[in-house]
Amino acid sequence: MTYKGYEMVIGLETHVELKTDTKIFCSCPTAFGAEPNTHVCPVCMGYPGTLPVLNGKVVEYAVKAGLATNCTIARYSKEDRKNYFYPDLPKAYQISQYDLPLCEHGYLDIESEEGAKRIGITRIHIEEDAGKLVHDDSGTLIDCNRCGVPLIEIVSEPDMRSGEEAVAYLRKLRAIILYTGVSDCKMQEGSLRCDVNLSVRKVGEKEFGTRTEMKNLNSFQFILKAIDYEFHRQVDAIERGETIVQETRRFDSVTGKTSAMRSKEDANDYRYFPDPDLPPIIMSEERLRELQSAIPTLPDKRKRDYVERYGLSAYNGELLTSQIETADYFEAAAAKTKHPKLLGNLIISEVFRLLPPEGGDIPIPPESMAKIADMTGDGVINSGTAKKLVGMLWKEDADPVKLVEEQGLGQINDRAALAEVVAAVIAANPKSVADFKKGKLQAAKALIGQAMAKTSGRGNPNIIQELIDAELAEK
Amino acid sequence: MSDITAMTLGELRRALDAGELSSAEITESYLAAIEKNDEKVGGYITVSAEKARAAAKRADALRAEGKAGPLTGIPAAIKDNICTKGLRTTCASKMLGNFVPPYDAHVMEGLNAQAVPVLGKVNMDEFAMGSSTENSAFMTTHNPRSLDRVPGGSSGGSAAVVAAGEAPFALGSDTGGSIRQPAAFCGVVGMKPTYGRVSRYGLVAFASSLDQIGPLTKTVADNALALNSIAGYDRRDATSVDRETPDFTAEIGKGVKGMKIALLKESFAKGVSGEVKSAVMNAAKVYEGLGAEITELSMPSLEYALAAYYVISSAEASSNLARFDGVRYGYRSENYSDITELYLNSRSEGFGAEVKRRIMLGTFALSSGYYDAYYKKALQVRTLVMNDYRSVFDRCDLILAPVAPTVAYKIGEKTSDPLEMYMGDVCTVPVNIGGVPALSMSCGESSEGLPIGMQLIGPAFSETTIYRAGAAFEAAEGAYALERGAF
Repeated sequence: MTYKGYEMVIGLETHVELKTDTKIFCSCPTAFGAEPNTHVCPVCMGYPGTLPVLNGKVVEYAVKAGLATNCTIARYSKEDRKNYFYPDLPKAYQISQYDLPLCEHGYLDIESEEGAKRIGITRIHIEEDAGKLVHDDSGTLIDCNRCGVPLIEIVSEPDMRSGEEAVAYLRKLRAIILYTGVSDCKMQEGSLRCDVNLSVRKVGEKEFGTRTEMKNLNSFQFILKAIDYEFHRQVDAIERGETIVQETRRFDSVTGKTSAMRSKEDANDYRYFPDPDLPPIIMSEERLRELQSAIPTLPDKRKRDYVERYGLSAYNGELLTSQIETADYFEAAAAKTKHPKLLGNLIISEVFRLLPPEGGDIPIPPESMAKIADMTGDGVINSGTAKKLVGMLWKEDADPVKLVEEQGLGQINDRAALAEVVAAVIAANPKSVADFKKGKLQAAKALIGQAMAKTSGRGNPNIIQELIDAELAEK
Repeated sequence: MSDITAMTLGELRRALDAGELSSAEITESYLAAIEKNDEKVGGYITVSAEKARAAAKRADALRAEGKAGPLTGIPAAIKDNICTKGLRTTCASKMLGNFVPPYDAHVMEGLNAQAVPVLGKVNMDEFAMGSSTENSAFMTTHNPRSLDRVPGGSSGGSAAVVAAGEAPFALGSDTGGSIRQPAAFCGVVGMKPTYGRVSRYGLVAFASSLDQIGPLTKTVADNALALNSIAGYDRRDATSVDRETPDFTAEIGKGVKGMKIALLKESFAKGVSGEVKSAVMNAAKVYEGLGAEITELSMPSLEYALAAYYVISSAEASSNLARFDGVRYGYRSENYSDITELYLNSRSEGFGAEVKRRIMLGTFALSSGYYDAYYKKALQVRTLVMNDYRSVFDRCDLILAPVAPTVAYKIGEKTSDPLEMYMGDVCTVPVNIGGVPALSMSCGESSEGLPIGMQLIGPAFSETTIYRAGAAFEAAEGAYALERGAF
């Protein structure tokens, strides 16, 4: 995307909360939504004399995320202190990683307007989250429940050139992380947070411009809006002869604008140094192999499989693999049906419609879904009945084949019987017929609908259409 | 029955086991000694008489049930930077003047499990920064051997109360000599164990990579006995070492025949007084007489250890002490109108001058643009010192060295020149930089009748050998604290 001859250069810093049961340096629970300051202990409250002990699961989870994004995993890494004062940071330093992160030099592939594109991942490191400040009339209160919740920070290369690419990168990153099971990636609850670094330059230039960093972007829509606004703001500023200042900017979701928060001059000198309380993290080849083998087949590979083996479109493949639960479900059902492509469509059109937006369990056993696909593909039922069956089974489990038999839901393929129905519908709707003759092709649709209704939705829609087309042609 | 407060841990234990004494009696004797003498010594910031009495009662009950451990019923004094649940832990700082920890340090759990009565919390340099205990925000501690002199520091309270017969043993902490130097100044025995030997959980951190808790006692055997009860792996301290803890008393009495003891050329460099030098040289002769082989070796990196120490310890302290911000606990200024002022005023009013000096020094050393020249360089020196120790210990079993360049000096004598005070740590800091263990004990007396200390330094995890050599010296020359007695 260009504007006045400029393009944008985007790099993302994504913070992902790891869903370990306990915090990174103590055994407090990490569960979201508890009463303030109930998931705390002297360690995560930074009391004098307490010491951090690294939760081994955090390293495992971070390494899994690194492996899933094609990173090189450090055999030796360490934790560092990032020193700054803020009331939500009890120790007045955050334990993070500075020069030896766990994972480096990775990438992931996205679909962009110009086709497939590879986005580099500079590094992934582990760190602890800070607490939360709650402002009210009485002043500012501190909730330390989130202090010490484990995070990974995933830093991308400045490889994205549009808001759409940034969102595609985030969607893919989110899908991959969900596959590895190391985070639930809920933007609303803050378990996936994203800072956008954006600069602009004249198309064709090699040098990067001065970048700004935008914080607090907690939805894909806000990210798109913020990028769009900031891109235009920077270009217009440069065109007016102004210079861009390196600064942190806050996005206001109400106005859709970004505004300066603090400039580089105000930035802290974090005085990073190796945390003397924590020994280095050593990753053995054996442990690395174990972690590698625990990573499920990732969405890109599955998508390719669906296209090649089942003849699904790339688009439908992308939809089915966006969450591991639906991909697993599709694969379980596909193994039991002769009509996997039809099954894919059924899941995308019906199951996705019934699933709540945040996802969840699909209450229909994959075997039953396979049977519905089989019956549809074999002409035993029509697609409307398939849809109806999914709805019925969603509420109460049953054998769909028996259900079709017992409730007489089988498709009526008897041409003679359907011809009678069609004749009756034509006779009863002279106006529709006349409309059709006048060139209103829509009128034929109404007649098909009437005929379907007369068969309680069981008629073979293809045969009915043929019969109606024939009748209308004769008139 | 001899004076209870003059007895060693071993004697108290035997008397308790024999039913000649109860923990209640012992505890009362010590509380009485505190009552009588601490006004002059000024060792205790907090005396916890009631808690001590309750623990003594529990100890006597445990003993009656046959469940007594080695230290059950024998009271202790605890340096005030070691967290004690429900008992004020101040670090001798206004900043933590009102701080009552809701948890015990690991070492306290070990002592409490044996029902060790805690007599109270003892004075120190604020946040363990200092070498004379003159940096306490609360009080001056006097050296019981000569009341107008400093007890050394930072564990000056721990050393003074043991020397004064106000506690049979005490716990201190040693970051750059803070156990060994006051032990030398007060004529008691102090051990800085191998880094990782004793859990730091609950020790208010000064310099995390150097801090280590250790015991101060009247005799070497007592010291080994006390270390037995506080050493060992603790999963809450990632720097504590997961290896079996030996019985530190095991080799006491085996003598030093055939042991190779080295004198380092650099240990006797500038600043070490003639009296100290000759007392240590004399100790070498004693060892030679006991059958040890004395060799002279060199360790060139020692020269840089002091500078590296002040960079590393101050850098870590600047970060460790940042949490004292007046927000959640500790001192908060009454004078602030926003968060920045709350930070500034709480820290300006809550910390003393020496602590602020170290925070500034450390902040500077870690600052962007200076990190490589100071902190990184200091870490390189540290690697050098560690390697040098390894190669020295390839050629000897132990190093014999002075503890401090001089004997205890007068209160107020060195407070005007911090750098001169820092120079006093030149003999002790290399041990912390190297992470190795060292014992401090008396090896003589100055012309003014003040104790002179020597250090026995060994390779990592060689405490048992060190105690063996220390005990051999003590058997030949007598235990200073027992011979000189208390008040």
